[in-house]
Amino acid sequence: MLASMLVRLVRGLAVIVGVLALTFLLLHASPGDPVRRLLGPNASAGQVAAQREVLGLDRPLPVQFAEWARAFARGDWGRSIETGEPVLRMIARAWPRTVELAGLSLVLSYLIGIIVGTIQAARNRTGLDTGLSVATVTLFAMPSYWLGLMLVMLFAYALRWLPAFGATGLDADFLGPGARLIDALRHLALPLTTLTLIGIAGTGRFVRAAMLEVQGEPFVTVAAAKGIPGRRVRFHHILRNALVPVVTLLGLSLPALFSGAVFVEAIFAWPGVGRVLVEGVQARDYPVVMAATAVSAILVVAGNFIAEWLAALTDPRLRQPSQA
Amino acid sequence: MTAIVRDRRAVWGGLILAMVVGLALGAPLVTSIGPELTRDVAATRFLQPGATDLHGVFHLLGTDRLGRDVWARLLYGARLSLAVGALAVLISSLLGVGVGTVAGASRGVVRTGLLGATDFALALPRVVLLLLLASLWQPSAVLVVVVLGVTGWMSVARLVFGEARSVMARPFVEGARALGGGRLRVVLRHVLPNVLTPALVAAALGFGNAIMLEAGLSFLGVGVQPPASSWGTMIASGRDTLVNAPWVALAPGVALVLVVVASTLLGDALQDAWDPRKA
Repeated sequence: MLASMLVRLVRGLAVIVGVLALTFLLLHASPGDPVRRLLGPNASAGQVAAQREVLGLDRPLPVQFAEWARAFARGDWGRSIETGEPVLRMIARAWPRTVELAGLSLVLSYLIGIIVGTIQAARNRTGLDTGLSVATVTLFAMPSYWLGLMLVMLFAYALRWLPAFGATGLDADFLGPGARLIDALRHLALPLTTLTLIGIAGTGRFVRAAMLEVQGEPFVTVAAAKGIPGRRVRFHHILRNALVPVVTLLGLSLPALFSGAVFVEAIFAWPGVGRVLVEGVQARDYPVVMAATAVSAILVVAGNFIAEWLAALTDPRLRQPSQA
Repeated sequence: MTAIVRDRRAVWGGLILAMVVGLALGAPLVTSIGPELTRDVAATRFLQPGATDLHGVFHLLGTDRLGRDVWARLLYGARLSLAVGALAVLISSLLGVGVGTVAGASRGVVRTGLLGATDFALALPRVVLLLLLASLWQPSAVLVVVVLGVTGWMSVARLVFGEARSVMARPFVEGARALGGGRLRVVLRHVLPNVLTPALVAAALGFGNAIMLEAGLSFLGVGVQPPASSWGTMIASGRDTLVNAPWVALAPGVALVLVVVASTLLGDALQDAWDPRKA
């Protein structure tokens, strides 16, 4: 168990370093000069060269990357070229917001998705199954940004029940603890619903297929033939086995979840890593983009790590490192 | 093949896709209004669906901020959205088939390297990579095609690799080798034709995804640039007018969902036909 965890840890670190190197190369291979952007169109060649030297952009790429990586590991993430704010502070503020949104959505999508898939498999080829299939296929096909806009239209503009953007109201600082919590939950409602509805659709579809596959296995017939009650067969025999691929899917679906979160954060002005990334990318703010990409890779790798550990809990066979 | 024709999902998916492609190609026949036509902007903007403007022109889906006909823009925008999706899937399929076949037919360092690269690429949040790439170079439809293509090959490679590896272990491959067929010949004549089915499954599922992502990039302003218009730029422009003219964002979104549902249904049906065990 320990050895396999170590292998996974090393692999996770390799992914993070790979992401960083790739991002670094891409940023530098692309056209668009942050120094020109910083100094404006009227800067002289001398000013540009001087600023280049100050920012360290005149040195060879491997040197720049090594220095950047060393500083990054020390916690010195540089300053935003656009705003001058320390990047570490921007990210420190943003990442809990993304974990809050994506984490809650993940838990809810899996809980509800497993229930939906189980019901569908139990009522296979009935009207209920067909209805739920239509719903999940349609939701699964909805782009998160569009579903978000439609929810805003309905709940924020038409019904005026919920706020359309941000994580807190303008008056949040003046509210008592109870009112502040309600304010936070009201702001969370629409982004969380958007991300979760799509997640439920994905999980539900997968669980339904996994349950149906296990239902056809001989051991299920044997269990039923032994006289074990149907409910027990369903939960202890079928669901337990169907959950193994579902938990594996958990790890694989993290990049997609994060991708969805980027759009949802952009739509709802949710102050998370995705929004920092989008704004950094639009401003060609190298230090911000590097850090936001690194943090998203770290979040995904960390989530993957947890998912693999969960998978090992559901399936003893996965506890051997050779299986990986 | 008969299984596919009998599958209701395949029939519906295929019909919807054929209809949308037909409408996109035949746009000038379906509507007489140009997608960029503006006349008296103040008098013709934000007309409701089904309204007739003062020039006597009927607007099936209403008009947008500049008085342009939403139905006409939807039809012409479909051309760009569908073309971008199709070309992106073509690129990712070629890359995926290449990587998957080579990895499946080789052993040792080559296979480990290719599989490692695939796993690495799969572990990245695709949208992060897309945003990065799409914003580093000048945004355009061509860039979106390339970027979607080079970030979408992994699922194809995975499926193709599995199939290629199992084909390599079959007796007819051994027979071909015993008859003196070189490695390249065996791969081209025997392995490649057998991995095209899983590639097709991945392509059908990837098509919907590509269209959705194209719209997403365009929505964030790093994809197709105005005045060229795709469904994504239409949704983005409708975002500002959600309150007084919701149909501007509603129409392209519904079209998008329809196409993605169709490609998912088709992909699911193809997958079941290819691998009946999972039906």
